[in-house]
Amino acid sequence: MSADTTFKYSATAGIQHEEPLLFEHAHEAPSSISLPGVDGEISDALNHFARKDAAGIPGLSEPEAVRHFVRMSQWNHGIETGFYPLGSCTMKYNPRVNEQVVRLPGLAHIHPDQPEATAQGVLALLYELQGWLGEIAGLPYVTLQPAAGAHGELAGLMMIRAALDARGDTHRRKVLVPDSAHGTNPASAALCGMHTVELKSGADGRIDLDELKAHLDADTAALMMTNPNTAGAFESDIKEICRLVHEAGALVYGDGANLNALVGVARPGDMGIDCLHINVHKTFSTPHGGGGPGGGPVAVNETLAPFLPVPRIEKQGDTYVLLQHADTSVGPVLGSVGQIGVLLRAHAYISAFGRQHLHSIAEDAVLNANYVLRRLQGRYHVPFPGLCKHECLLTDEVQERHGVKTLDIAKRLIDLGFHPMTVYFPLIVHGAMLIEPTETESRETLDAFCDAMLDIADVCEAGDTDILHEAPVKPFRRRLDETQAARKPVLVWPA
Amino acid sequence: MTIPADLKYTKEHEWVRIDGDTATFGITDHAQEALGDIVFVELPEIGRTLEAGEAYAVVESVKAVSDVYAPVAGDVVEVNEALEGEPELVNTDPYGAGWIARVTIGEGAAELMSDDEYTTFLEE
Repeated sequence: MSADTTFKYSATAGIQHEEPLLFEHAHEAPSSISLPGVDGEISDALNHFARKDAAGIPGLSEPEAVRHFVRMSQWNHGIETGFYPLGSCTMKYNPRVNEQVVRLPGLAHIHPDQPEATAQGVLALLYELQGWLGEIAGLPYVTLQPAAGAHGELAGLMMIRAALDARGDTHRRKVLVPDSAHGTNPASAALCGMHTVELKSGADGRIDLDELKAHLDADTAALMMTNPNTAGAFESDIKEICRLVHEAGALVYGDGANLNALVGVARPGDMGIDCLHINVHKTFSTPHGGGGPGGGPVAVNETLAPFLPVPRIEKQGDTYVLLQHADTSVGPVLGSVGQIGVLLRAHAYISAFGRQHLHSIAEDAVLNANYVLRRLQGRYHVPFPGLCKHECLLTDEVQERHGVKTLDIAKRLIDLGFHPMTVYFPLIVHGAMLIEPTETESRETLDAFCDAMLDIADVCEAGDTDILHEAPVKPFRRRLDETQAARKPVLVWPA
Repeated sequence: MTIPADLKYTKEHEWVRIDGDTATFGITDHAQEALGDIVFVELPEIGRTLEAGEAYAVVESVKAVSDVYAPVAGDVVEVNEALEGEPELVNTDPYGAGWIARVTIGEGAAELMSDDEYTTFLEE
């Protein structure tokens, strides 16, 4: 296929607008804005609080401001533009009905500080969600407060640390983290005043029991692990892993980033995990990826329950209350009970499936990932063969022989109309491509993506690799200089 | 790919140049190639005592952030401050201007390989 052939979902160049920064729009004397005059000298009244420099307000009219943001949004690719198989990110479609729910006036117009008696409806929904998340995790005690996954990790580690301190184990500060972990895991441990030791993965990409045993000792506070792991593989030794960690007097922190593979089918609590955060914005749908908002509720077992943050949502008789104090609590981790909008969307998503059908989320997500894997294996190198869970891992080993790397493949996908997969993660394989289709994609969409991937493989083998190295040619911005952006970032305007 | 004969190598793709009682550390050509464009190097503090195999620096590329481990134990006496402004030296001259730290050699060493052994290790 040549560079100008149109693929089923190819990106094409429509009307595209160059768009300056908002402040570069600034009109010296805006013709479209007319502010009322002021009597007297304002600066006299403001005294030394009067600003010395111009405020730098761009002075755009409403249509100019709207166009600015809409034009920039047209450079973007979102889940509502096309397929978005970004591994480890669970970019599932966010049903419109969720948006209707959160816009109901009784939910949209409440204030975090209004009296509990006037917010019984929303508290009832959140209390119900707490119960559902506890049941899904197999860990019945839940805080909804953490505002994102990494925040949930920190909150969970704070509880683990508090529980260890409470039993006199104040020396336990070592956290074991597999080398396949999300980067947030060691960062959260460091933020919680612990230090991390990296566990080398086994040849199958899973936790190596001997490696784990070699590092478990009397200083170990916790093992932080993700199941299924970031290679898309289920940690089949999970029960033995948890037993070993508990035997050493430490606790198991579960990173719930990949819960989409398990929801309604298997429960981390049943596997022996003590504490799990749940990325509700991923697993239970909310637009995410633009930096928020998120939601990272944490579910824990009885051991950690006394240390849950306050306020806690509790039910006393027929009334929902916020318990503001508990002696053993780690305290509040957010200024409110949680990111209500994200949590309510999660409530809506879970409600839409119901207890009977919740398992279809995981089953369809796993089926879709394996479908992609089966169509692409043979043409792309699969580092850990066998069934995958909700995401499949490939590498550029075959294409590299033709001088084509993961980055080139990812950039070519943009020309063919798809958001690239996650690249160069997990770090345990060279040239990783991590593909997570999620349950919300049709077979036709998956086929279109696989056809594009196979086309790239064909182009590689035909040796016609220029269109891969030059990609992307169709979007408004071509290949960005990531190296220069990292080495010489421009972080202020004007530069 | 170059693998100088006068250096020792680790399985973590670090090199060490031993010169009397001091040792100079860096990452190999293979490591910089695998990491891609290096954009930041976090250097250790001078005076820090390193155990063999201890993570003493962090190398960040456009693809990944990786710990760098000490091939031999020692006290850090010098770090390559040029990397703060020009981290790309690790890519362009990994065995020369891209060195990371220098130590006075202490007790203990990681498993070290000769150039031939490292070549064989890479092939495997």
